[in-house]
Amino acid sequence: MTNLVYLVPLFPLIGFLINGIFWKKMPKSAGGIIGSLAVLASFCVSLGIFFEVKSLPEGTVLPPVELFSFIQSGSLNIPFSFQVDALSSLFLLIITGVGFLIHVYSTSYMHEDEGMVKYFAYLNLFVFSMLLLVLGSNYLIMFIGWEGVGLCSYLLIGFWFKNRDYTNAAKKAFVMNRIGDLGFLVGMLLVLLNFGTLSYQEFFNALPTTQVAGSTYNWIALCFFIGAMGKSAQIPLYTWLPDAMAGPTPVSALIHAATMVTAGIYMIARSNALYNLAPAILDFIAIIGLATALLAATIAIKQYDIKKVLAYSTVSQLGFMFLAIGVGAYTTAVFHVMTHAFFKALLFLGSGSVIHAMGGEQDIRKMGGLGKHMAITQGTFLIGCLAIAGIPGFAGFFSKDEILAAVYGHSPVLFALALAGALMTAFYMFRLYFLTFRGKFRGTHEQEHHLHESPAAITIPLVVLALLSIAGGYVGLPAVISEHHTLATYLSPVVSNIGAHHLSHETEWMLMGISVSLVLVMIAVAYNVTKKASFAPNTGIAKVLENKWYIDELYDAVIVRPMAALSRFSDKFVERAGIDGLVNGVGKTVRWGGDRLRLMQSGQVGFYIFVMVLGMVALFAFSFILTN
Amino acid sequence: MILTLLILIPLLAGVLSFAMSGGAAKGLSLAGSLATLVVAIMVSMNGVDSFSVPWIPRIGTSFSLAADGMSGMLCLLTAIVLPVVIVANWNKEVENAHSFYALMMLSQAGLMGVFLASDAFVFYIFWELALIPVYFLCSKWGGEKRVPVTFKFFIYTFLGSLMLLAALIILSLQTTGADAYSLASIKAAGASLDPTTQQWLFWLIFIAFAIKMPIFPFHTWQPDTYEQSPTPVTIILSALMVKMGLFAVLRWLLPVLPQGVAYWSDVVVTLSVIGIVYASLLAIVQTDIKRLVAYSSIAHMGLMSAVAFSGSAVGTHGIMVQMFNHGINITGMWLIVSMIENRWGTRDMTKMGGMATSAPKMAIALVIISLANIALPLTNGFIGEFMLFNGLFSGTSPYAMTFMIVAGLGIILGAVYTLNMVQKAAYGEVAPMVHQKDISANEYVGLAVIIALILVLGVYPKPLLDMTAAVAGVVTP
Repeated sequence: MTNLVYLVPLFPLIGFLINGIFWKKMPKSAGGIIGSLAVLASFCVSLGIFFEVKSLPEGTVLPPVELFSFIQSGSLNIPFSFQVDALSSLFLLIITGVGFLIHVYSTSYMHEDEGMVKYFAYLNLFVFSMLLLVLGSNYLIMFIGWEGVGLCSYLLIGFWFKNRDYTNAAKKAFVMNRIGDLGFLVGMLLVLLNFGTLSYQEFFNALPTTQVAGSTYNWIALCFFIGAMGKSAQIPLYTWLPDAMAGPTPVSALIHAATMVTAGIYMIARSNALYNLAPAILDFIAIIGLATALLAATIAIKQYDIKKVLAYSTVSQLGFMFLAIGVGAYTTAVFHVMTHAFFKALLFLGSGSVIHAMGGEQDIRKMGGLGKHMAITQGTFLIGCLAIAGIPGFAGFFSKDEILAAVYGHSPVLFALALAGALMTAFYMFRLYFLTFRGKFRGTHEQEHHLHESPAAITIPLVVLALLSIAGGYVGLPAVISEHHTLATYLSPVVSNIGAHHLSHETEWMLMGISVSLVLVMIAVAYNVTKKASFAPNTGIAKVLENKWYIDELYDAVIVRPMAALSRFSDKFVERAGIDGLVNGVGKTVRWGGDRLRLMQSGQVGFYIFVMVLGMVALFAFSFILTN
Repeated sequence: MILTLLILIPLLAGVLSFAMSGGAAKGLSLAGSLATLVVAIMVSMNGVDSFSVPWIPRIGTSFSLAADGMSGMLCLLTAIVLPVVIVANWNKEVENAHSFYALMMLSQAGLMGVFLASDAFVFYIFWELALIPVYFLCSKWGGEKRVPVTFKFFIYTFLGSLMLLAALIILSLQTTGADAYSLASIKAAGASLDPTTQQWLFWLIFIAFAIKMPIFPFHTWQPDTYEQSPTPVTIILSALMVKMGLFAVLRWLLPVLPQGVAYWSDVVVTLSVIGIVYASLLAIVQTDIKRLVAYSSIAHMGLMSAVAFSGSAVGTHGIMVQMFNHGINITGMWLIVSMIENRWGTRDMTKMGGMATSAPKMAIALVIISLANIALPLTNGFIGEFMLFNGLFSGTSPYAMTFMIVAGLGIILGAVYTLNMVQKAAYGEVAPMVHQKDISANEYVGLAVIIALILVLGVYPKPLLDMTAAVAGVVTP
């Protein structure tokens, strides 16, 4: 089965080609079916691969599956090849599994859209790129997928391309990701320069034996992390993600929550051998992750757009994942990637169901009481909220508890801050839930009349994801309950965690107790706050939060506008007045000189003879000097 | 012998075209350029080949041609671009069509000669022969400001040519033996010069080539000329003629004046790298779509030039690959730009919009070509760019990393201006159009060739890499 790994990206590629080439003639529903089947086929192959990898004897490392020679120049040899191992096979399942559900959901959600076939073509192209990203056996193939998903993100954010704001958001996402990509590129070049390879296996094997300056590890690790900051929306490169909500909601679920934005975590987990040698960078990652988690959570508290709340929540959760990485708990980060993929995809798809019912309305101030009309959406959304808030029994509880425990082992101060972030999460999610589904309806009569539960193609994926948001956590039971951590065992051949502090059972129970009881308090607070919500214009700190700490305005003033000014200055003064002025000056001088010289052509033969003689004398003198 | 066909076929087609009617000249040019393409494919598959007959023994020059991976690749590029341009512009009305096509073909003959010459004198003759038709093409068929712009173009390149001629004469005077102008003699003569002489002689040759590429700050002829020239001529200039400069650096400068190059390389790389950022910044503020593409091309050439002087074999290999790919991509870009100009009746991007609605096929082509322009992986642009950055990074200069990172800003800025262009032309509401039609059949053929090359060479670049590996000095096992 592992030899057939090329089939996994091949199916979505075929789906993309069919829908992409026949986009004009293809009936809408056929486009949806082809797109969904392509991902389902990949999922089936991925499942086979997963179980094969699981049954491998301990210590087996599969060789890369090489397809063809990609770039070869002298000693530089980069094959187009895939790496099947525990980490990639787990991501295959998440991508194709959640991806398939979102494709099915889209067949209904996008059915009214004239560009539906094109949409499925893009979506398949995205899945193809994402699979390349996690399957590559070297950093260059990862980079191909990395930029490929960026492209699909760009195309899908700007899917409704007539709206200028949307295409601006698409452009912003692409450019911000490119900033990160430059870091990724420099990181790759540093690896090539110092280790002569980009292959994971060769690089990681060479790490302990190659003699390089100590700071080299830090530089490489930092450059890769800059790439991760862009793709996974961390400070300072996070502002594109909330804007990316301009795309269709299933796209937000698939690309901007469940899969693409977790690529940065995949990259660093994949490179754990490198990061274990760069503890300073790990500390840096922990700080950035925590800061992002807190900043985004504060913003989410005061947002009124249902998708914006979820977007900032995603940024915040990604911050938690990087925090886990920063304290050396890579497995925990990957665990949270998985559970987050389930419950965040669920929440986004649920919000899509709501938006559909509301006729495109996204402002939660105009919602309320929707639970009466859409029970399945409400029920599954509630499960998503319970999961993300970390209520015991739900998937998010297990992974988040593990992060908090790992952070506590590292530093109690970090733990306190991370706990604050977790509490804010519980608050803003339940604020969202109560404002949307409970209380009285606050929209127009027409909207109220229109409210309905979504069709089966939408509710079935919701139910499946809700089940996963419960069951998904049991692959990683806390140490106090079970000594056997299924996920950690599975990943152990590829991922080696460092700095794991073994907490005593009493401490672990205590931490769990504190976080769970405080989360329950926050839910109660959210209930009370939303019950008497008046939606008066915000003032003071609330206004700052509603305006996202004015970070976009800051970037605009510090980067965007100065760059535009520099461009205009270069155009006007350096290019036109400066260089061109000089060149034209030379041209004018030549013309001026020509005009003067022309006067010598007076037509007087005597003058010509005089000049001729002068020239001859000069020539003789010149050759005389030369020969002597 | 087959090498001479690459020059003779277009030369003959060109000369005959002068005496024909416009339509016949167009047909003959297409036939001639297709025949040249067949020969070019054969040459590039044959690998190394050479041809020589005595010419003017008194001054020590013989008519010598030689093909290796690099010249074969550039001849192939030239031979691909010409028929694509002719086909894509098939339905366009041209005044005095016979002279127009005649000059195009003469220019192709000159280009082939430049890439094949292995004698400095022959090289210089073809260098001029390639340019002279272009002066006429710009000044006769150009836009409103064609006369002053052609004058500026002429002054620039003529100045460069004079310096080149002077340098070649000085070098040939240093040679011993009968073939004073042969590449081997010139190389030997250059290497025998003392470092100080090499150092000033370097600038005579470099400026000539720098103007052609063009390298900051010798570039201001280029946006004006690209803007004013008719699109087929702009394509000849930007896809092929700028490669003359880079090719000449690799063939006639680096091996000839090794110590001069070593002494000045950091200065040249600095200029090139500044040029990348500078041209990218300027591209951002252009409203004329032709000028935007022109500055984008300066930025791309800046990267190739920087790598040429960084002394890395992988980088040199990357230049070869990128010369070909840039030639293909910029041809596609100009084809689209000229279609836009034709449909919307303007080059002003603020007056465009909605192509994705009104001409979706064209919009798809625009997006694919734009992605190749910003070197997205799995397009041909990426292969070359990755190798170029690798070369710049692993270069011999102590500032190699700084150079690479500053040059790397180009990939961010490149995304800014390219996506700006896509947004303004393709997205938004449909702007008023002069002609409401999507791609026509002949345009489709031209774009299909370009897009096929973009994707095939982006996924499987091996043929191009193998072809040029030996010349780049990388041993491929």
